Amino acid sequence: MSSGDDFVKGLWRENPVLAMLLGMCPTLAVTNSAANGLAMGLATAGVLAVSGLFVSATRRVVPRAVRVATWILVIATLVTAVDYLLQAAAPDVHRRLGAFVSLIVVNCLILGRAEAFASRNAVPAAVLDGAGMGAGFTLALLAIGSVREVLGSGTWFGLAVLPDGFARFAVMLLPAGGFLTLAAWLLAVNALRTRRRAGTAPEGLAR
Amino acid sequence: MNDAAPFEVLVDAALVNNFVLAYFLGICPFLGVSGRVATATRMGAAVTFVMLLSASAAHGLDLLLAAIGAPYLRLVSYVVVIAALVQLVEMFVRATSPALFRALGIFLPLITTNCAILAVALFQSQRGYGFVQCLAFAAGAGLGFTLALVLMAGLRERLELSSVPDVARGAALTLVLAGILSMAFMGFGGLGVEGAR
Repeated sequence: MSSGDDFVKGLWRENPVLAMLLGMCPTLAVTNSAANGLAMGLATAGVLAVSGLFVSATRRVVPRAVRVATWILVIATLVTAVDYLLQAAAPDVHRRLGAFVSLIVVNCLILGRAEAFASRNAVPAAVLDGAGMGAGFTLALLAIGSVREVLGSGTWFGLAVLPDGFARFAVMLLPAGGFLTLAAWLLAVNALRTRRRAGTAPEGLAR
Repeated sequence: MNDAAPFEVLVDAALVNNFVLAYFLGICPFLGVSGRVATATRMGAAVTFVMLLSASAAHGLDLLLAAIGAPYLRLVSYVVVIAALVQLVEMFVRATSPALFRALGIFLPLITTNCAILAVALFQSQRGYGFVQCLAFAAGAGLGFTLALVLMAGLRERLELSSVPDVARGAALTLVLAGILSMAFMGFGGLGVEGAR
Protein backbone atom coordinates (compact mmCIF):
# COMPACT_ATOMS: atom_id res chain seq x y z
CA MET A 1 0.00 0.00 0.00
CA SER A 2 1.53 3.31 -1.00
CA SER A 3 1.77 6.12 1.54
CA GLY A 4 -0.58 8.27 -0.52
CA ASP A 5 -3.24 5.60 -0.27
CA ASP A 6 -3.04 5.58 3.54
CA PHE A 7 -4.39 9.11 3.39
CA VAL A 8 -6.77 8.88 0.47
CA LYS A 9 -8.68 5.75 1.51
CA GLY A 10 -10.31 7.62 4.41
CA LEU A 11 -11.82 10.21 2.10
CA TRP A 12 -14.17 7.99 0.15
CA ARG A 13 -13.54 4.22 -0.04
CA GLU A 14 -13.32 3.73 3.72
CA ASN A 15 -14.97 6.96 4.78
CA PRO A 16 -15.60 6.53 8.50
CA VAL A 17 -19.14 7.93 8.49
CA LEU A 18 -20.52 7.16 5.04
CA ALA A 19 -18.93 3.74 4.51
CA MET A 20 -18.07 2.33 7.95
CA LEU A 21 -20.73 4.01 10.14
CA LEU A 22 -18.29 4.87 12.91
CA GLY A 23 -18.50 7.86 15.22
CA MET A 24 -22.22 8.36 14.81
CA CYS A 25 -22.89 10.36 17.99
CA PRO A 26 -20.93 13.55 17.15
CA THR A 27 -21.86 13.11 13.50
CA LEU A 28 -25.49 13.70 14.32
CA ALA A 29 -25.36 15.78 17.47
CA VAL A 30 -23.40 18.85 16.40
CA THR A 31 -24.18 19.10 12.69
CA ASN A 32 -27.06 21.58 12.82
CA SER A 33 -24.77 24.04 11.03
CA ALA A 34 -21.88 23.68 8.61
CA ALA A 35 -19.48 25.59 10.87
CA ASN A 36 -20.20 23.32 13.86
CA GLY A 37 -19.66 20.23 11.73
CA LEU A 38 -16.37 21.60 10.44
CA ALA A 39 -15.12 22.47 13.95
CA MET A 40 -16.07 19.07 15.34
CA GLY A 41 -14.48 17.32 12.36
CA LEU A 42 -11.21 19.22 12.71
CA ALA A 43 -11.02 18.60 16.48
CA THR A 44 -11.58 14.88 15.93
CA ALA A 45 -9.08 14.79 13.06
CA GLY A 46 -6.41 16.39 15.26
CA VAL A 47 -6.95 13.85 18.03
CA LEU A 48 -6.95 11.02 15.47
CA ALA A 49 -3.64 11.98 13.87
CA VAL A 50 -1.81 12.60 17.15
CA SER A 51 -3.19 9.47 18.81
CA GLY A 52 -2.08 7.54 15.71
CA LEU A 53 1.43 8.90 16.28
CA PHE A 54 1.46 7.86 19.96
CA VAL A 55 -0.06 4.45 19.47
CA SER A 56 2.23 3.60 16.59
CA ALA A 57 5.37 4.88 18.33
CA THR A 58 4.67 2.81 21.46
CA ARG A 59 3.37 -0.29 19.71
CA ARG A 60 6.40 -2.44 20.68
CA VAL A 61 6.55 -1.13 24.27
CA VAL A 62 2.96 -1.45 25.48
CA PRO A 63 1.97 -5.03 26.47
CA ARG A 64 -1.03 -6.34 24.52
CA ALA A 65 -3.05 -7.01 27.69
CA VAL A 66 -3.19 -3.35 28.72
CA ARG A 67 -3.13 -1.76 25.27
CA VAL A 68 -6.72 -0.52 25.17
CA ALA A 69 -6.46 1.00 28.66
CA THR A 70 -3.24 2.77 27.67
CA TRP A 71 -4.73 4.14 24.46
CA ILE A 72 -7.85 5.38 26.26
CA LEU A 73 -5.63 7.31 28.68
CA VAL A 74 -3.63 8.82 25.80
CA ILE A 75 -6.81 9.74 23.93
CA ALA A 76 -8.45 11.21 27.05
CA THR A 77 -5.37 13.37 27.65
CA LEU A 78 -5.34 14.58 24.04
CA VAL A 79 -9.05 15.36 24.16
CA THR A 80 -8.62 17.34 27.37
CA ALA A 81 -5.91 19.34 25.61
CA VAL A 82 -8.14 19.97 22.58
CA ASP A 83 -11.00 20.96 24.90
CA TYR A 84 -8.88 23.62 26.64
CA LEU A 85 -7.34 24.75 23.33
CA LEU A 86 -10.78 25.29 21.82
CA GLN A 87 -11.97 27.07 24.93
CA ALA A 88 -9.05 29.50 24.65
CA ALA A 89 -8.96 29.97 20.88
CA ALA A 90 -12.66 29.87 19.97
CA PRO A 91 -14.92 30.20 23.02
CA ASP A 92 -18.01 30.58 20.81
CA VAL A 93 -17.45 27.27 19.07
CA HIS A 94 -16.61 25.64 22.39
CA ARG A 95 -19.91 26.78 23.88
CA ARG A 96 -21.92 25.52 20.91
CA LEU A 97 -20.27 22.09 20.87
CA GLY A 98 -20.58 21.80 24.66
CA ALA A 99 -19.95 18.39 26.20
CA PHE A 100 -19.54 16.83 22.77
CA VAL A 101 -15.90 17.90 22.66
CA SER A 102 -15.23 15.77 25.75
CA LEU A 103 -17.20 12.96 24.17
CA ILE A 104 -14.58 12.65 21.40
CA VAL A 105 -12.91 10.24 23.86
CA VAL A 106 -15.53 7.59 23.28
CA ASN A 107 -15.76 8.15 19.53
CA CYS A 108 -15.36 4.55 18.38
CA LEU A 109 -13.55 5.81 15.26
CA ILE A 110 -10.45 6.80 17.26
CA LEU A 111 -10.11 3.57 19.24
CA GLY A 112 -11.02 1.64 16.10
CA ARG A 113 -8.16 3.15 14.06
CA ALA A 114 -5.74 2.64 16.97
CA GLU A 115 -6.59 -1.07 17.10
CA ALA A 116 -7.02 -1.71 13.39
CA PHE A 117 -4.23 0.40 11.93
CA ALA A 118 -1.91 2.44 14.16
CA SER A 119 -0.91 -0.49 16.39
CA ARG A 120 0.23 -2.47 13.33
CA ASN A 121 1.96 0.11 11.18
CA ALA A 122 4.98 2.43 11.20
CA VAL A 123 4.63 5.98 12.51
CA PRO A 124 4.37 7.89 9.18
CA ALA A 125 1.70 5.53 7.84
CA ALA A 126 -0.25 5.72 11.11
CA VAL A 127 -0.23 9.53 11.13
CA LEU A 128 -1.29 9.65 7.48
CA ASP A 129 -4.07 7.17 8.16
CA GLY A 130 -5.27 9.22 11.12
CA ALA A 131 -5.18 12.44 9.11
CA GLY A 132 -6.97 10.81 6.17
CA MET A 133 -9.69 9.30 8.33
CA GLY A 134 -10.01 12.64 10.11
CA ALA A 135 -10.34 14.44 6.78
CA GLY A 136 -13.01 11.97 5.64
CA PHE A 137 -14.83 12.43 8.92
CA THR A 138 -14.66 16.22 8.56
CA LEU A 139 -15.97 16.02 4.99
CA ALA A 140 -18.92 13.87 6.05
CA LEU A 141 -19.77 16.19 8.96
CA LEU A 142 -19.49 19.19 6.66
CA ALA A 143 -21.80 17.51 4.13
CA ILE A 144 -24.45 16.76 6.77
CA GLY A 145 -24.07 20.16 8.44
CA SER A 146 -24.39 22.00 5.12
CA VAL A 147 -27.63 20.26 4.17
CA ARG A 148 -29.13 20.89 7.60
CA GLU A 149 -28.08 24.53 7.74
CA VAL A 150 -29.15 25.40 4.19
CA LEU A 151 -32.58 23.77 4.48
CA GLY A 152 -33.11 24.62 8.15
CA SER A 153 -31.99 28.25 8.39
CA GLY A 154 -31.43 29.18 4.74
CA THR A 155 -27.78 30.04 5.36
CA TRP A 156 -24.40 28.40 4.71
CA PHE A 157 -21.60 29.30 7.13
CA GLY A 158 -23.84 32.17 8.20
CA LEU A 159 -24.28 33.59 4.67
CA ALA A 160 -27.81 33.78 3.34
CA VAL A 161 -28.13 31.46 0.32
CA LEU A 162 -31.87 30.95 -0.04
CA PRO A 163 -34.44 33.62 -1.04
CA ASP A 164 -36.57 35.05 1.76
CA GLY A 165 -39.73 33.50 0.34
CA PHE A 166 -38.37 29.98 0.85
CA ALA A 167 -40.06 28.26 3.77
CA ARG A 168 -37.38 26.93 6.14
CA PHE A 169 -37.54 23.26 7.12
CA ALA A 170 -37.62 23.69 10.89
CA VAL A 171 -37.27 19.93 11.32
CA MET A 172 -33.75 20.02 9.87
CA LEU A 173 -32.42 21.87 12.91
CA LEU A 174 -34.10 19.41 15.29
CA PRO A 175 -32.65 15.99 16.18
CA ALA A 176 -34.96 14.25 13.71
CA GLY A 177 -33.37 16.25 10.88
CA GLY A 178 -29.97 14.81 11.78
CA PHE A 179 -31.19 11.24 11.41
CA LEU A 180 -33.02 12.00 8.16
CA THR A 181 -30.10 13.90 6.58
CA LEU A 182 -27.61 11.14 7.38
CA ALA A 183 -30.07 8.57 6.02
CA ALA A 184 -30.39 10.59 2.80
CA TRP A 185 -26.59 10.83 2.40
CA LEU A 186 -26.22 7.08 3.01
CA LEU A 187 -28.89 6.38 0.40
CA ALA A 188 -27.14 8.62 -2.13
CA VAL A 189 -23.72 7.05 -1.47
CA ASN A 190 -25.16 3.52 -1.60
CA ALA A 191 -26.93 4.24 -4.87
CA LEU A 192 -23.76 5.69 -6.40
CA ARG A 193 -21.63 2.74 -5.34
CA THR A 194 -24.17 0.19 -6.49
CA ARG A 195 -24.33 1.83 -9.90
CA ARG A 196 -20.55 2.01 -10.18
CA ARG A 197 -20.02 -1.68 -9.71
CA ALA A 198 -23.22 -2.77 -11.41
CA GLY A 199 -21.13 -4.67 -13.99
CA THR A 200 -19.16 -6.75 -11.51
CA ALA A 201 -21.64 -7.41 -8.72
CA PRO A 202 -25.27 -6.73 -9.60
CA GLU A 203 -26.56 -7.80 -6.17
CA GLY A 204 -23.87 -5.80 -4.44
CA LEU A 205 -24.62 -3.45 -1.63
CA ALA A 206 -22.25 -0.64 -0.84
CA ARG A 207 -21.27 -2.00 2.56
CA MET B 1 -26.50 24.29 42.24
CA ASN B 2 -29.60 23.09 40.48
CA ASP B 3 -32.87 22.91 42.41
CA ALA B 4 -35.06 20.86 40.06
CA ALA B 5 -37.19 18.12 41.63
CA PRO B 6 -35.66 14.65 41.11
CA PHE B 7 -38.83 13.41 39.40
CA GLU B 8 -38.64 16.25 36.86
CA VAL B 9 -35.02 15.39 36.16
CA LEU B 10 -36.01 11.75 35.58
CA VAL B 11 -38.87 12.55 33.19
CA ASP B 12 -36.73 15.08 31.33
CA ALA B 13 -33.90 12.61 30.78
CA ALA B 14 -36.17 9.71 29.85
CA LEU B 15 -38.73 11.34 27.55
CA VAL B 16 -38.35 15.04 26.79
CA ASN B 17 -34.63 14.93 26.09
CA ASN B 18 -34.27 11.25 25.37
CA PHE B 19 -30.58 10.38 25.27
CA VAL B 20 -30.75 8.50 22.00
CA LEU B 21 -33.39 10.43 20.09
CA ALA B 22 -32.66 14.00 21.19
CA TYR B 23 -28.97 13.96 22.18
CA PHE B 24 -27.75 11.24 19.79
CA LEU B 25 -25.88 9.44 22.56
CA GLY B 26 -25.40 5.69 22.39
CA ILE B 27 -26.15 5.54 18.68
CA CYS B 28 -23.71 2.68 18.06
CA PRO B 29 -25.55 0.16 20.28
CA PHE B 30 -28.82 1.71 19.10
CA LEU B 31 -28.00 0.73 15.52
CA GLY B 32 -26.03 -2.41 16.43
CA VAL B 33 -28.11 -4.33 18.97
CA SER B 34 -31.62 -3.21 18.18
CA GLY B 35 -32.36 -6.23 15.97
CA ARG B 36 -34.32 -8.25 18.55
CA VAL B 37 -36.56 -7.06 21.38
CA ALA B 38 -35.08 -9.56 23.88
CA THR B 39 -31.45 -8.50 23.35
CA ALA B 40 -32.44 -4.84 23.32
CA THR B 41 -34.09 -5.19 26.74
CA ARG B 42 -31.02 -6.87 28.24
CA MET B 43 -28.66 -4.30 26.79
CA GLY B 44 -30.87 -1.52 28.15
CA ALA B 45 -30.89 -3.06 31.63
CA ALA B 46 -27.11 -3.44 31.64
CA VAL B 47 -26.59 0.15 30.49
CA THR B 48 -29.03 1.54 33.08
CA PHE B 49 -27.23 -0.34 35.85
CA VAL B 50 -23.77 0.89 34.82
CA MET B 51 -25.13 4.44 34.37
CA LEU B 52 -26.39 4.49 37.98
CA LEU B 53 -23.04 3.25 39.29
CA SER B 54 -20.85 5.51 37.16
CA ALA B 55 -22.97 8.61 37.79
CA SER B 56 -22.64 8.10 41.57
CA ALA B 57 -18.90 7.49 41.16
CA ALA B 58 -18.54 10.61 39.00
CA HIS B 59 -20.42 12.62 41.61
CA GLY B 60 -17.92 11.52 44.25
CA LEU B 61 -14.99 12.15 41.91
CA ASP B 62 -16.17 15.72 41.34
CA LEU B 63 -16.00 16.40 45.06
CA LEU B 64 -12.53 14.87 45.23
CA LEU B 65 -11.20 16.79 42.22
CA ALA B 66 -12.66 20.04 43.57
CA ALA B 67 -10.95 19.34 46.91
CA ILE B 68 -7.51 18.84 45.35
CA GLY B 69 -8.08 21.59 42.77
CA ALA B 70 -7.48 19.56 39.63
CA PRO B 71 -10.56 19.96 37.39
CA TYR B 72 -8.47 19.28 34.27
CA LEU B 73 -8.22 15.64 35.39
CA ARG B 74 -12.00 15.24 35.15
CA LEU B 75 -12.25 13.60 31.75
CA VAL B 76 -9.27 11.28 32.26
CA SER B 77 -10.48 10.15 35.68
CA TYR B 78 -14.07 9.61 34.48
CA VAL B 79 -12.87 7.40 31.67
CA VAL B 80 -10.65 5.33 33.94
CA VAL B 81 -13.36 4.97 36.62
CA ILE B 82 -16.00 3.90 34.09
CA ALA B 83 -13.69 1.32 32.52
CA ALA B 84 -12.78 -0.05 35.96
CA LEU B 85 -16.45 -0.12 37.04
CA VAL B 86 -17.51 -2.07 33.97
CA GLN B 87 -14.72 -4.55 34.63
CA LEU B 88 -15.80 -4.92 38.28
CA VAL B 89 -19.45 -5.38 37.36
CA GLU B 90 -18.44 -8.02 34.84
CA MET B 91 -16.43 -9.96 37.45
CA PHE B 92 -19.20 -9.60 40.04
CA VAL B 93 -21.94 -10.80 37.70
CA ARG B 94 -19.80 -13.72 36.51
CA ALA B 95 -19.18 -14.84 40.10
CA THR B 96 -22.71 -14.40 41.48
CA SER B 97 -24.99 -15.19 38.57
CA PRO B 98 -23.55 -17.18 35.66
CA ALA B 99 -26.98 -17.26 33.99
CA LEU B 100 -27.19 -13.46 33.89
CA PHE B 101 -23.58 -13.30 32.72
CA ARG B 102 -24.36 -15.55 29.76
CA ALA B 103 -27.43 -13.47 28.97
CA LEU B 104 -25.48 -10.20 28.98
CA GLY B 105 -22.54 -11.80 27.20
CA ILE B 106 -20.61 -9.41 25.00
CA PHE B 107 -22.72 -6.38 25.99
CA LEU B 108 -20.89 -5.68 29.24
CA PRO B 109 -17.43 -4.90 27.80
CA LEU B 110 -19.07 -2.95 24.97
CA ILE B 111 -20.60 -0.59 27.52
CA THR B 112 -17.16 0.90 28.23
CA THR B 113 -17.20 2.68 24.88
CA ASN B 114 -20.87 3.65 25.08
CA CYS B 115 -20.83 7.43 24.94
CA ALA B 116 -24.16 7.64 26.81
CA ILE B 117 -22.46 6.47 30.02
CA LEU B 118 -19.72 9.08 29.88
CA ALA B 119 -22.30 11.71 28.91
CA VAL B 120 -24.38 11.00 32.03
CA ALA B 121 -21.27 11.56 34.14
CA LEU B 122 -20.31 14.76 32.27
CA PHE B 123 -23.81 16.27 32.15
CA GLN B 124 -24.52 15.71 35.84
CA SER B 125 -21.39 17.63 36.78
CA GLN B 126 -22.01 20.35 34.16
CA ARG B 127 -25.56 20.96 35.41
CA GLY B 128 -24.56 20.90 39.05
CA TYR B 129 -26.97 18.18 40.16
CA GLY B 130 -27.09 17.12 43.82
CA PHE B 131 -26.68 13.42 44.64
CA VAL B 132 -30.41 12.52 44.52
CA GLN B 133 -30.90 14.48 41.28
CA CYS B 134 -27.83 12.76 39.87
CA LEU B 135 -29.31 9.31 40.62
CA ALA B 136 -32.66 10.35 39.12
CA PHE B 137 -30.85 11.65 36.03
CA ALA B 138 -28.95 8.38 35.56
CA ALA B 139 -32.13 6.31 36.06
CA GLY B 140 -34.04 8.50 33.60
CA ALA B 141 -31.27 8.36 31.01
CA GLY B 142 -31.10 4.58 31.33
CA LEU B 143 -34.87 4.18 31.06
CA GLY B 144 -34.96 6.45 28.02
CA PHE B 145 -32.13 4.51 26.37
CA THR B 146 -33.93 1.20 27.03
CA LEU B 147 -37.21 2.59 25.73
CA ALA B 148 -35.64 3.84 22.50
CA LEU B 149 -33.78 0.56 21.98
CA VAL B 150 -36.87 -1.61 22.57
CA LEU B 151 -39.11 0.53 20.35
CA MET B 152 -36.52 0.39 17.58
CA ALA B 153 -36.12 -3.38 17.92
CA GLY B 154 -39.89 -3.83 17.65
CA LEU B 155 -39.95 -1.75 14.47
CA ARG B 156 -37.01 -3.62 12.96
CA GLU B 157 -38.53 -7.03 13.67
CA ARG B 158 -41.56 -5.98 11.62
CA LEU B 159 -39.40 -4.43 8.94
CA GLU B 160 -37.68 -7.73 8.15
CA LEU B 161 -40.93 -9.04 6.70
CA SER B 162 -41.53 -6.11 4.35
CA SER B 163 -39.91 -5.66 0.97
CA VAL B 164 -37.46 -2.79 0.74
CA PRO B 165 -35.39 -1.55 -2.22
CA ASP B 166 -31.81 -2.86 -2.16
CA VAL B 167 -30.12 0.52 -1.75
CA ALA B 168 -32.12 1.37 1.34
CA ARG B 169 -31.54 -1.90 3.19
CA GLY B 170 -29.47 -1.67 6.37
CA ALA B 171 -28.29 1.48 8.07
CA ALA B 172 -30.07 4.02 5.86
CA LEU B 173 -33.51 2.61 6.57
CA THR B 174 -32.78 2.27 10.29
CA LEU B 175 -31.82 5.95 10.36
CA VAL B 176 -35.05 6.97 8.64
CA LEU B 177 -36.96 5.03 11.29
CA ALA B 178 -34.90 6.70 14.01
CA GLY B 179 -35.75 10.10 12.52
CA ILE B 180 -39.47 9.31 12.64
CA LEU B 181 -39.18 8.02 16.23
CA SER B 182 -37.31 11.18 17.16
CA MET B 183 -40.11 13.31 15.70
CA ALA B 184 -42.63 11.30 17.72
CA PHE B 185 -40.63 11.97 20.90
CA MET B 186 -40.75 15.71 20.18
CA GLY B 187 -44.36 15.41 21.32
CA PHE B 188 -43.08 15.06 24.88
CA GLY B 189 -41.67 18.58 24.59
CA GLY B 190 -44.89 19.94 26.07
CA LEU B 191 -44.44 18.17 29.40
CA GLY B 192 -43.05 21.39 30.86
CA VAL B 193 -40.06 20.23 32.87
CA GLU B 194 -37.60 22.78 31.45
CA GLY B 195 -36.35 23.56 34.93
CA ALA B 196 -34.69 20.15 35.03
CA ARG B 197 -31.71 21.26 32.95
